Amino acid sequence: MTFIYPTDSNKAHPLPLSPEYKSSIKRAPNKPLIPMRHTLSELTGPVYGHETVREGDNDLTTRHKGEPLGERIIVHGHVRDEDGRGVPNSLVEIWQANACGRYVHVRDQHPAPLDPNFTGAGRTQSDASGYYRFVTIKPGAYPWGNHHNAWRPAHIHLSVFGHSFVTRLVTQMYFPGDPLFAFDPIFNSVPDEKARMRMVSSFDLENTKPEWALCYRFDVVLRGKDATPMENH
Amino acid sequence: MQDSLKPDGITPSQTVGPFFKYGLTPSGEYAWNDAFTNSTLTPDVTGDRVRIEGRVFDGDGVAVPDCMLEIWQADAQGRFADPQDKRALPNASFRGFARCGTDKDGHYSFDTIKPGVVPDPDGKPQAPHILLAVFGRGMLRHLYARIYFSDEAGNAADPVLELVPADRRATLIAVREAGKSVYRLDLHLQGDNETVFFDV
Repeated sequence: MTFIYPTDSNKAHPLPLSPEYKSSIKRAPNKPLIPMRHTLSELTGPVYGHETVREGDNDLTTRHKGEPLGERIIVHGHVRDEDGRGVPNSLVEIWQANACGRYVHVRDQHPAPLDPNFTGAGRTQSDASGYYRFVTIKPGAYPWGNHHNAWRPAHIHLSVFGHSFVTRLVTQMYFPGDPLFAFDPIFNSVPDEKARMRMVSSFDLENTKPEWALCYRFDVVLRGKDATPMENH
Repeated sequence: MQDSLKPDGITPSQTVGPFFKYGLTPSGEYAWNDAFTNSTLTPDVTGDRVRIEGRVFDGDGVAVPDCMLEIWQADAQGRFADPQDKRALPNASFRGFARCGTDKDGHYSFDTIKPGVVPDPDGKPQAPHILLAVFGRGMLRHLYARIYFSDEAGNAADPVLELVPADRRATLIAVREAGKSVYRLDLHLQGDNETVFFDV
């Protein structure tokens, strides 16, 4: 009896040290991670009731007095595990820059306007089949100091939990066809191209709302549970 | 929406970046109920109340002001607030999860209870421990560590600590301050005192 969530899946993740992403150089561990068997501590994980997430927390365009500036979009998709099972009732939290590429954060001094009608944070729970949905504004690209003329591709940060503490995931959803992909060390920190492209949403015309909002689909795939039962549990 | 397609693989991790505060650790700065704070305490919780605090440092020993830490733990009886743990939960509203960001000097703190004993897959008791996930700018995937307690005799026989080279075990053991229920554990992402991180 060894691993319950196969660790092979972790190969899709970036390496901790990705020198092109300069902030990783002093923050990635130098020593190898120590492998260990999953215990009940790793195999369980936080579960959320509906008491904190309220209806409307998934619409980032209606949190303030007026409408935010920019291009209204719908972002939706399926949270499932790598075996194709939907992950129900999972907390999905998002945060992002506004349409001009500026975050509501004291350390973001990018000279682009703040939008009084956009904070850029939302959350929801996936439904009984693992489906989630947000209404928001398409974030802008923004410059950062990593290298000469460095601009982040437009992205939305997502935080998802799944069924255990080892399925915890924070990722970024990108938009199809972004010309900045080739130059972004965070996006390219994922060595496998197929895995990298799983972070790119797809334009969804079928669910685009006429006269109202474009739609993007982004499925989030978490680690799958090995069928092997755990002993002595 | 129904979907039963088997995907090619998992979605890769990306950094939380420096600007996660409004999304994940709002602390009253956003117009909703905070989903989490840095406390797991609930009015009905039983067990020894403890505070865990420390600082996070990078490879140059510089404080990391944009880290986010999450903890996950059992209650004082060693039971998890998760339907996968089939044993009854004595502390009905105890959730065992908390989250905090580091401040400008890299400080973090958690208010919680000391967890009970949780068995390992062979049924062997593990010393009381808290799971820790470390997120931050510059970290492309979060790191997993554990927090143990300096006044627990069970540490010596803990099956997970046994996997760690003896000279590195102290990086996972929070030290109790004399006469207080406060434990200190600094985290070092890199360097001579690098915290032990696990491949799970």
